[in-house]
Amino acid sequence: MSELRTDVVIVGGGLVGCAAALRLRERGASVAVVEKNQLGAAASGVNFGGVRRNGRKLAELPIAARALKVWRRLPELVGSDCEYAITGNIKVARNEADLEQIAAHAEAQGEHGVEVQMLGRNALRDRYPWLGESAVGAAYCASDGQANPRLVGPAFARAARAAGAELIELDGAKHVARDGGGFVVETESGRTLRGGALINSSGAWGARLAARFGERVEIWPMEPQMIVTEPAPYFMVPVLAVVGGDVYARQIPRGNVIFGGRSGTADLDVGFAKVDAEESLTTLARTIDIIPRIADLSVIRFWSGVEGCTPDHLPVLCPSRTTPGLVHAFGFSGHGFCLGPASGAVAAELALDGRTETPIEGFDIGRFSEA
Amino acid sequence: MSGDTPRVLIVGAGPAGTRAAETLVAHGVAPVVVDENARSGGQIYRRPPNGFKRPAAALYGFEARKAQAVHAALDGLRERIDYRPDTMIWNIEGGVAQALGPDGIERIAFDALILATGAMDRVIPFPGWTLPGVFTMGGSQVALKAQGCAIGDPVVFMGTGPLLYLVAYQYAHAGARVAAVLDTSHLSQAIPVFPGLLRGGRTFAKGLWYMTWPRTAGIPVRRGITPVAAEGEAALEAVRYLDRRGRKHRITCTGLGIGYSVKSEVQLAELAGCEMAFDPLAQQWLPEADEDGRALKGSVYLAGDGAGVAGADAAEVRGRLAALALLADTGIAADRGLQARQRAKLRRIMRFRDALERAMPTPFHMARTLPDETVICRCEAITAGEIRQGRALDPAEMNRAKAFTRVGMGRCQGRVCGPAAAQILAAARGCGVEEVGRLRGQAPVKPLAIRAGAEAAIEDRARAASI
Repeated sequence: MSELRTDVVIVGGGLVGCAAALRLRERGASVAVVEKNQLGAAASGVNFGGVRRNGRKLAELPIAARALKVWRRLPELVGSDCEYAITGNIKVARNEADLEQIAAHAEAQGEHGVEVQMLGRNALRDRYPWLGESAVGAAYCASDGQANPRLVGPAFARAARAAGAELIELDGAKHVARDGGGFVVETESGRTLRGGALINSSGAWGARLAARFGERVEIWPMEPQMIVTEPAPYFMVPVLAVVGGDVYARQIPRGNVIFGGRSGTADLDVGFAKVDAEESLTTLARTIDIIPRIADLSVIRFWSGVEGCTPDHLPVLCPSRTTPGLVHAFGFSGHGFCLGPASGAVAAELALDGRTETPIEGFDIGRFSEA
Repeated sequence: MSGDTPRVLIVGAGPAGTRAAETLVAHGVAPVVVDENARSGGQIYRRPPNGFKRPAAALYGFEARKAQAVHAALDGLRERIDYRPDTMIWNIEGGVAQALGPDGIERIAFDALILATGAMDRVIPFPGWTLPGVFTMGGSQVALKAQGCAIGDPVVFMGTGPLLYLVAYQYAHAGARVAAVLDTSHLSQAIPVFPGLLRGGRTFAKGLWYMTWPRTAGIPVRRGITPVAAEGEAALEAVRYLDRRGRKHRITCTGLGIGYSVKSEVQLAELAGCEMAFDPLAQQWLPEADEDGRALKGSVYLAGDGAGVAGADAAEVRGRLAALALLADTGIAADRGLQARQRAKLRRIMRFRDALERAMPTPFHMARTLPDETVICRCEAITAGEIRQGRALDPAEMNRAKAFTRVGMGRCQGRVCGPAAAQILAAARGCGVEEVGRLRGQAPVKPLAIRAGAEAAIEDRARAASI
């Protein structure tokens, strides 16, 4: 089979990989993406769809700020807003201890330039009369929003392809190795790709690829499980998340409420997540405590997907420590949708320049071998 | 399982589920029988609610005796089986069926599963099909049998398949005004398969009788037609069609029953782990099984129209065969003579069914050329044009079309619109419909009330806490 030679080869065609490909083309570099599934269909395509800084770890705030700029430019960048809407986000506490915790975090975020407003029980009730009694207060971030995950990854893929990126889907990377000064990737179907640099954006499978270059990260699959209701009158504008993460919910203007909390199961060798319906029943119970009116709706579908989680729940986004030209961008630990568009751009810069203006301290792969 | 009798779950109490239960009970196995309807009989032999007085002969015509026998069989088993009507299985995972019944959510653990899930209307959308007053053929029958009312006055029936004529007959017989029967198939399609049709014997004779009956009653029958549109402002006022020479016609009506035979209900089979294969005649993905209904892996057995549409008589036979296969597989001595006779009978019926499908073929191709503005997915209001445009990332495939356009993403989860959407996508891509794949089955297979689900979870947590 023919051989393809590009400046950069990207293993993993999710949102991060496709955003990296688009950025590389903007910079004039040639690029090929190899994806074992469909482009943008794994964790990138089946996640909750939140785009937020509220409650986000401080280490992620700089890259989240950059991501926000990309999110706002989606129409010019990829030709569609992908249903991105700035709707605000409320992080809800169910007890005073949780409320104190989010208040302290809101203050710290303020020092990083993220405006978060604390709402007490009465203010919360006035603004969101649909909230249940168990909500005692919340942190509100007006600049947060939501988007449709099914559209975003593929939109970046389409834009990258239109810009001249070579995108290969349904064909996984079988062998990845150093090749002279660059890299060689052989795919399941027998294609050979050669690149001067390599971006590892293979999500939950990223640690396996890193291990081939002598870099160890412990990563385990997480399978956030989503639930969607039939359409109901639109009542809920902001995205909602409860402290502890066992309930998060959003409603889209056409009426469906999308929510989650518990997990399915996954086997990385099989490659996809399985729904555990009993876990979803638990989510139903916890969610009606927070949003009582959904009790009268019906669920029309459950789904799940596989994401890679690191020990500290922060991504691996850095140059390799062992291999020049190799860039890691995986293990987003459930934060890859919001951060994806900027993370792809950062990975592209690392591949071309070896550096980026965006602060990525805290995401280095070396942090797991030190200690 | 050795020593004990297996825990068997039968899903569906139509002709297949009933005969499967009867066969198991005759061999000392008492199954759990779960059925969505309030009363047994399935769709084909649907019983009116208690208190309705129309006699069986009026409800079921020639099939009255068969219907009554199937009803009586299940009624006679009630003391010996765990029968749960009004109960929907919404998921199957790991040997447990999750059900929603009158008392909320129940988990039913089983060693073996017989799926007799039946069939539902096969719909080919056309402009105006979502107008109030347009019903499926099955919906038309439910109105008549379970509600004792007609879908309009006058009514037109359009589509093809034996049900078209049967429903027209049932309506006219109940006193409704039937303005016309419009059949997309024509006689020339029946001629090459006439020998096969003759194998139908009595069934064929009855079918012919139903087909010729409307004319003797003065009801116009038009064959070889092409539907154009259902028209009306707020509700149906008329149906337009082309005759076989391409001339335009318009019939005033307030009720329109449409249908192209039926399609198998296969979601639970998929969740239960059955391998699925594309059936070119049915243009549908069906669970793979052997002649007796034994699925390729696991203790899953398929019976009745859910295993591929073959009609009510075949369903009774397949119910018995599935039960006999299950008994044999679990080491319970079963009646081999009965098995041989039922297999022979099934083969005869299947040859007739095959001829019938060819004589009255479903015009799947009609979906391919529908105007762009035609609504295909009525839950999400997705048009044919959106499906054609939504394939910008090749390979075009049904789950991707769903992700991009929302087709099949609503309340019916693609059970109604999926087949037509697949035809449209395949035509846009210029390939066979099997190449665009199928919408993956996902729980819940039908909408699940959140309150009931939440209550089940709360009970479990309370139980866990009390242990």
